[in-house]
Amino acid sequence: MQLTGFRGFSERIGRRVAAGVEDFGYGALLLGESVFWLVLGRWWQQPVPIQAMVREMMEIGVLAIPVLSILAFANGAMMAMQGIYTLRDFGAEAQVITGLATAVTREFGVLIAGIVVAGRSGSAIAARIGTMQMAQEVDALRVMGVAPVRYLVSPVLVAFLVMMPVLTVLADAMAVLGGGAICFMDLHISLGTYLDRVWSALVPGDIWQGLIKSLVFGVLITLVATGNGFIAKGGAEGLGRATTRSVVLCISAIVVADMIFTFFLIL
Amino acid sequence: MTAMTTAEAETGDVVIEVENLVTSYGAHKVLDDVSLKVRKGEIMVIMGGSGSGKSTLLRYLLGLHRPTSGVVRLFGRDINRLSGRQWTELRKKMGVAFQGGALFNSMTVGENVCMPLREHTRLDRNTMRIMSRMKLEVVNLAGFENLMPSQLSGGMLKRAALARALVMDPGLLFFDEPSAGLDPVVAAELDDLILRIRDAMQVSIVVVTHELESAFKIADRITVLDKGKILMTGTMDEVRNSDIPRIRNLLTRTSEEQPVDADDYLRRLTGSTD
Repeated sequence: MQLTGFRGFSERIGRRVAAGVEDFGYGALLLGESVFWLVLGRWWQQPVPIQAMVREMMEIGVLAIPVLSILAFANGAMMAMQGIYTLRDFGAEAQVITGLATAVTREFGVLIAGIVVAGRSGSAIAARIGTMQMAQEVDALRVMGVAPVRYLVSPVLVAFLVMMPVLTVLADAMAVLGGGAICFMDLHISLGTYLDRVWSALVPGDIWQGLIKSLVFGVLITLVATGNGFIAKGGAEGLGRATTRSVVLCISAIVVADMIFTFFLIL
Repeated sequence: MTAMTTAEAETGDVVIEVENLVTSYGAHKVLDDVSLKVRKGEIMVIMGGSGSGKSTLLRYLLGLHRPTSGVVRLFGRDINRLSGRQWTELRKKMGVAFQGGALFNSMTVGENVCMPLREHTRLDRNTMRIMSRMKLEVVNLAGFENLMPSQLSGGMLKRAALARALVMDPGLLFFDEPSAGLDPVVAAELDDLILRIRDAMQVSIVVVTHELESAFKIADRITVLDKGKILMTGTMDEVRNSDIPRIRNLLTRTSEEQPVDADDYLRRLTGSTD
């Protein structure tokens, strides 16, 4: 029965909230179980397959390098252009370097890395696990006495925890270079001078902030993508829905988590 | 029948024992008070039309879900009271061939067959390869080990899945819809294969199917499920000679005419609730 009016509206909100809480709990369970296998798997004689970890690192990390480099470079260049434009009114164009260096390392490097990886791997992982779920491959693992989480989630978690910081550092570097290119063209600051100024503007805390966030993003993408894969049902259409949902949720989770983190780290 | 089953339980000859299994989805009971025994070395066919609950029953036998109530015992152990490790040990003794094969698409056929060995034994690579080749020989897929699952036909996929299910030499084998989606000749070959495997390996086999012909060919005993309830369990002849109307319908492939209630029909069309 379809409820209309206020009652229907409030009921829908209630259901959504309940579903949200359920998803959250499911994510926590996934995380707990995959960490469990990583820590105790070897002792239980059921180790997380190293081959799968390496494969995931390739997929998630190494193959993302070209597109991430281009996007980070472009983003750095844009920030430099906007910064120079804004600061020109005050005659303080050269201050753009300080702003760029901190903004990139604290915020934008990791955010771009997160969004690129969420878009690439968030969809791919959800689609892969969703397909396996529908083809009963996940059941096949289970009846074989292989915990699906150990086989499908733990390697992904490890790959994200290793690759996200690496990609973040790469994105930081490329964005800084992008900014440097604009500074060179527009302000005629040589790359050497530019890099010196970037370096002196940064404190270790800036880089750490980005790196810590990258780990959090990695965990979030792992849980959202694998979780959406496991609950996928309903044929090709359902798979499409699961994939879309995975990417949208991954990116939303990243941005919201970023905001919360920044709030606590800065204030 | 009751006297015989008690005797079997005492001799420990029962491999699967289901007692009063009830599973529900909301208020709807998918399986309603199902009780079943499978003896050592027998082929039990669980038969029923679509929506009869036979696939659901299989999932509960495999321990993929927890029942609402009732007990499932495999090799004498209540599967819902096992620890994770005990379950893993028990699962080494059972093999499952899923309907579509459920081979892992990212691995070759040979790697698929080796997978349980890799997970549960410490055999060296060569031994594993030889063992997987042996099982592929059994299912007539020798020489296909380096192909990917996507390169196999439907019948071959099912046979490869069977090889994977057999690789640990299980005492209990489950086969979901062996003949679904296959042409009659290939389906018949698969039936022969199931019989051959039972004779060669002394394994108990549970086959879920809706195909009458296949069921009568391979079954030692048949359980007929309908709307989540067991209509009867018996030998081929007992099922053939049954006078339960639903079973007669299944055997003679006659549809069941639902009586039409005019008032109800109108109510359904107009969607009014009063």
